[in-house]
Amino acid sequence: MPPIPASITAYTLTSALGAGCAATLAALCGEGPGLRRCTLPGLDLDTWVGQVEGLETAPLTGALADYDCRNHRLAALALGQDGFRERVAEAARRHGAGRIGVFLGTSTAGLNHTEQCYRRYFEQGRDALGADLRYAHTHTNFALAACCRRLLGLAGPALVISTACSSGAKAIAAGDRYLRAGLCDAAVVGGVDTLCATTLYGFQSLELLSPRPASPWGLGRTGISIGEGAGFLLLERAASAPGQSALLGTGESSDAHHISSPHPDGDGAVLAMTAALARAGLAPAAIDYVNLHGTGTPVNDRAEDRAMARVFGPGVAAGSTKGATGHTLGAAGAVEAALCLVCMAGGLLPGTQGTKVQDPDLALRVLTHPRPGAPRRVMSNSFGFGGSNCCLILGQP
Amino acid sequence: MTPLHLIGVGLVAPGLPDWESTGAVLTGRRPYVAAPIPPLAPAALPSNERRRATLGTRLALAAAEQACAGLALDPRELSSVFTASESDLGIIDRLCTDIFGRHIPVSPTVFHNSVHNAVAGYWSIAHGCRQASTSLSAWDGSLAAGLLECAAQLADTDRPVLLVAYDLPGPALLDSHRHLEGPFACALVLSAAALGAAQPVATLALDLTTPGVPDPLPPGLDPALEVLRVGNPAARVLPLLYRIAAGGEGTVRLPYLEDLDLLVRVGRQ
Repeated sequence: MPPIPASITAYTLTSALGAGCAATLAALCGEGPGLRRCTLPGLDLDTWVGQVEGLETAPLTGALADYDCRNHRLAALALGQDGFRERVAEAARRHGAGRIGVFLGTSTAGLNHTEQCYRRYFEQGRDALGADLRYAHTHTNFALAACCRRLLGLAGPALVISTACSSGAKAIAAGDRYLRAGLCDAAVVGGVDTLCATTLYGFQSLELLSPRPASPWGLGRTGISIGEGAGFLLLERAASAPGQSALLGTGESSDAHHISSPHPDGDGAVLAMTAALARAGLAPAAIDYVNLHGTGTPVNDRAEDRAMARVFGPGVAAGSTKGATGHTLGAAGAVEAALCLVCMAGGLLPGTQGTKVQDPDLALRVLTHPRPGAPRRVMSNSFGFGGSNCCLILGQP
Repeated sequence: MTPLHLIGVGLVAPGLPDWESTGAVLTGRRPYVAAPIPPLAPAALPSNERRRATLGTRLALAAAEQACAGLALDPRELSSVFTASESDLGIIDRLCTDIFGRHIPVSPTVFHNSVHNAVAGYWSIAHGCRQASTSLSAWDGSLAAGLLECAAQLADTDRPVLLVAYDLPGPALLDSHRHLEGPFACALVLSAAALGAAQPVATLALDLTTPGVPDPLPPGLDPALEVLRVGNPAARVLPLLYRIAAGGEGTVRLPYLEDLDLLVRVGRQ
């Protein structure tokens, strides 16, 4: 028998679909606003992005002023939704602040802020990046956990995982592991990533950035649209209350193939999915919906399609929301875990925004439009550069 | 928590080319002579990957290879934890300079090396290792966070885990904001039982505690070693390695978070 899975006692997300669960569900149901043309200042790129509104005018102040940068503004905005902060405060009263860990994923950290310092350095011919870089509070990966720990008043173990596009999912798996090891009684897990020049130009250099809105699984798909987002879950070591979801299983693997391309047959993805099913003690048929990694690059979707066929055969409901949110990179695993929880609570199969005609060469038929449903157990895939794979299973124990 | 069994150690730093000589230096049996690290050519990597591997990758892989040498375990059977406060700052500097200073397209190879887990990716390719691998950061407590992550993994599975802690100095523009000594990489192979060890090294029992003053190196050693210890998050391992090399038992306090330290109680196998 697998051990009692960690219960998910709170969750929230903020992305281009909106701030909080209700806005996200409404946008998914209405196939509402998501990607827009990239008009970020100073960038010369023909692409579409999933941008979060209002971050430019929401600086962190007071005790958090040193942490002020786009990534931490987004973290603070997201933590303020759905009563998440309050639920964490209640958990801290129950368990003690020192028994609640913080495990977060990011690929960008505060790079957007560092870039602005570099831009100023070159444009103004300065001799240094400037003291307002506040490196320890913005640029370094761990600043995300330090900022959230302070914002939430927590004092337990903490780390930041940075494994490219699997970071957010792996942070959730790490928090789950710390709970099972008894290193903490509750864990704030999640991921935050923000738009910046380096990732946009970097994916362009690899010819993976789409000039059109991303079309996962689509015929003639041309690559990813990058988004920004934040997703957080509160995990607790306790049996789930009736109706409450749990983290049923996690699976992690490495491709051992290439730094920036997936294994063509999805070998590593298969290992991660089967490991998550084994830990959950579930057969593939027990999964009601698969939230695909589904980035929209020709190669990624083909590899994941092969992996899906190997694990599930032809028949499982599945889709990718990256045509709605954009690919939120280091946050994607956490944003999409929260999105799956929103869909389970809201009775929705979210569908694959941006895809009208599916690639006939892919075996798996994805849902193109949102559809009412009652998924009880959902699998969410995250696969990243470096061949880093992580699969989560969430739902009713 | 159940003690971890340390079954392999590797180390690469200026004047400390391997675990054997590091042990001799830390116990005063050999003087410390600062010297540049030797050229590192990760032989296990295919030639394409070897050409693309950065100094940080070559450094981390060299320490990892040392730690795995002599084990009765195939490296592909190990899961892995890579911990670095900053990883490779030279890459960030290069990308930002190309974009904002030189206004040229960024190099795809430089970009793909920019992910924090590139090192882990190269390690998995080098050995065809498909086990789980994670790459994490916790500022000056990155070593302690790596040890805790290994303990959490070993509480969960009996698969041995390779821990690699590394950091290296960045370019001048960033060094004034985050000064790092080194380069420094240390690799530890940890297991739930002393299985597969060529020579069992020590047991490590971990405990979290309120912050105090992390243990320095013992007096009498070359002060350059203490400069290295406080100047590189991975080199925070040196007092722990001293305790192990000295063969005794004892407790070493390592920095972790601003409000938590990690106590490592070292025992004999």
